[in-house]
Amino acid sequence: MRLRTLFTVAALGLTMALPLAAVTSTPAAAKTFRWANDGDVNSMDPYARNETFLLSFNLNIYEPLVRRTADLKKDPGLATEWKATSPTVWQFKLRQGVKFSDGTPFTADDVVFSYGRAVGPGSNIGTAFASVKEVRKIDDFTVEVETKYPNPIFVDEITNWGIMSKAWCEKNNAVNSADLTKNEENFATRNAMGTGPFMLKSREPDVKTVLVPNPGWWDKPQHNLTEVVFQRIANGATRVAALKSGEIDMVYTIPPQDVEPLKKSDGISVLEGPETRVVYLGFDQARDELLYSNIKGKNPFKDPKVRLAFWQAIDTDAIKTRVMRGQSQPVALMWAPGINGYSKDVDVRPKYDPEASKKLLAEAGYDKGFELTLDCPNDRYVNDEAICQAVTAMLARVGVKVTLRAQNRLKYFAQILGPKYDTSFYMLGWTPATYDAHNAMQALMQTRDNKQIGLFNVGGWSNKKFDDLANTIAQELDQPKRDAMIKEAAIIHRDEVGHIPLHQQYVVWAARKNIDLKQQADNMFPLRFVKVN
Amino acid sequence: MIARLSDGLRRALDSDIFYSFRNSPLTILSAVVTLIFFIGAFFSPWLAPHNPFDVATLNLMDAFTPPVWLPEGNPIYPIGTDDQGRDLLSAIMYGTRVSLVVGFCSVAFAMVLGVSLGLISGYFGGMVDSVIMRVADVQLTFPAILIALLLDGVVRGLMGTEQHDNLALMVLVFSIGLSYWVQYARTVRGSVLVERNKEYVQAARVIGLPSVLIMIRHVLPNVLGPVLVIATINLALAVITEATLSFLGVGLPPTQPSLGTLIRIGNGFLFSGEWWITVFPGIALAVFVLAVNLLGDWLRDALNPRLR
Repeated sequence: MRLRTLFTVAALGLTMALPLAAVTSTPAAAKTFRWANDGDVNSMDPYARNETFLLSFNLNIYEPLVRRTADLKKDPGLATEWKATSPTVWQFKLRQGVKFSDGTPFTADDVVFSYGRAVGPGSNIGTAFASVKEVRKIDDFTVEVETKYPNPIFVDEITNWGIMSKAWCEKNNAVNSADLTKNEENFATRNAMGTGPFMLKSREPDVKTVLVPNPGWWDKPQHNLTEVVFQRIANGATRVAALKSGEIDMVYTIPPQDVEPLKKSDGISVLEGPETRVVYLGFDQARDELLYSNIKGKNPFKDPKVRLAFWQAIDTDAIKTRVMRGQSQPVALMWAPGINGYSKDVDVRPKYDPEASKKLLAEAGYDKGFELTLDCPNDRYVNDEAICQAVTAMLARVGVKVTLRAQNRLKYFAQILGPKYDTSFYMLGWTPATYDAHNAMQALMQTRDNKQIGLFNVGGWSNKKFDDLANTIAQELDQPKRDAMIKEAAIIHRDEVGHIPLHQQYVVWAARKNIDLKQQADNMFPLRFVKVN
Repeated sequence: MIARLSDGLRRALDSDIFYSFRNSPLTILSAVVTLIFFIGAFFSPWLAPHNPFDVATLNLMDAFTPPVWLPEGNPIYPIGTDDQGRDLLSAIMYGTRVSLVVGFCSVAFAMVLGVSLGLISGYFGGMVDSVIMRVADVQLTFPAILIALLLDGVVRGLMGTEQHDNLALMVLVFSIGLSYWVQYARTVRGSVLVERNKEYVQAARVIGLPSVLIMIRHVLPNVLGPVLVIATINLALAVITEATLSFLGVGLPPTQPSLGTLIRIGNGFLFSGEWWITVFPGIALAVFVLAVNLLGDWLRDALNPRLR
């Protein structure tokens, strides 16, 4: 009896204390912003992977020389001004008085160091510096970048390049980026320290990452947050339920099937718009024998007929209506509308025609089809695994037996990206960070030089004429001429079926009505524009 | 031979167990339901209207077809299709088969392990008994699902995704089996403690039979009654555990979907109104588990001499 009384008292005490505790720990001014995504930020290192989500998250902590406003205009970041002093030299004046969040001042040494780190071993963002010959310190607050050839869009290429502290990296033994494709880790993988608007407070990989505002940030904050909690919630329905219940304030990826129901629910605003990302399939065309296939001694994907047969077997319109519920726009180019270099008259897909596809396969000598493994992420692009399943079924109908291997993004990218390129048939998506087609050409389609060019050309498609065009485009200043060359290159790639572009996916975010935020067409999500009302 | 068989059948029909079976309509119903599930599951390649594993027959344009009684329903797909255009009825039949295979195998594994350890523990006593029973006690303090999750996680970490997908079924059987052996061991040990001092065991010992033989030939048959009851109830538990694990995404991969995997896939479409993708596999799971549980309850009562 006495024990029971004790329990009752304890329980009563607890129920009374809990709400009290909740009240006292949340002062009136606290503005905590909770948001969730299906996949985690796989590293706190801003050079670990050239992936929108990772860059976007880490650019809240690290800042670039030139940042972008919410409507994607260039805006002075750590550099106050920049100009080309000669056709091949860019000069940056650095912002004075900026301190890293550990108190050390920001100087030109950090910029030079960050360049070395970005093109050094383990870094995945080297492509942005393909044109760079040298980065020089002129004085403490002036830096010069010399390019190998005139590069008019260099400044656009480095808006995702966060500057790291030389002293901090050296002190913590993180001078080089840990290579995510080898599952490496170093201090900078789980810790972060930059000049940006936010600081990393705690990090539990795959669970929760907490940011707090940087009180010493040089700029006047537009946000009113006191804490940002990012959670990984893998299941789409759970994410939506958490948003509806108010457990989280914003969801970065809404499954297409939940968009309509969410629009009808009270207190939630759905933000949607086409993303400048093209989701595509690629083939291993570099190896003489595929790694994951039953065809030995030759590589079927070296034959353009096989590649065209695959394209004609895939019904992108069905994927649009069923898997994406209308929230995608099929494309035939590797860059979507909204990217400089897109031309409507080149955007013509070969007709979906399984019979023609079978015929092509037979002409190529595969009348009985073949077996193949398709590599696919399951938490990266909108409905990625479902798209791959649909592709698997469509290819089965023309006789190609595809085994699907779907993995989370950490394992997936570690496997398929360079230097291993360990795949035969894969799915990727790309947003040109410069909003210009040349970025996609250089990163995805040019012949790999195993340094910076073609770093994401996972399948190793290679075409001499295309390479020449891409190199000329990089230096061409005359806009009409440049556009004409981009168009020519796009036609070469399309007619050779270097990749199979599937669609441009729509970005769908949802947030509770009291959250004030802006959606960007590049799907970057800078927290510095978020307000909790 | 035939005479012996018919004699056996007559004796079975005359027995108390069959009498109590005949007089319990609920038991007859659950037996029929269980039987339907068994037949539907094990003969699914012949009975199912479609083969959900033959992806070449899938048509994406058929995806999200609702059940036939709703507008836009299609009589080819009586209870609708899932997000890839698979016939749900066939998927459930194939899925039940996978669930049952996992269930039976893990029950068999748990039973063999538990019964042997229980026999050894009860028959030898002393140190052996203490060690085995303390391990069992410790394990009993953890929920079975937790242990299964832990084992599955460890194996997955050791093997890597691809290997794991190929061996997912074995891993599941192993983890579920390992989390349920304790009940068998405890029960068998208790019965063995009662049996081992009876005259027939002493007699066998006096003639000089080896311990292993005494345990298997003489003690085991006399302790099997309770084991059978546990096994029946455990089949339902194992199927539920498998479904839970698969629902959490650590069980069977979507390439060989079990009921739990089907429920998980459908779960993503609950808010958008495609309720049938998750509700029907859910109903199938619930009905099957209920039927097997009722059978197990009846068996327990029928075998309990005090309730006769």
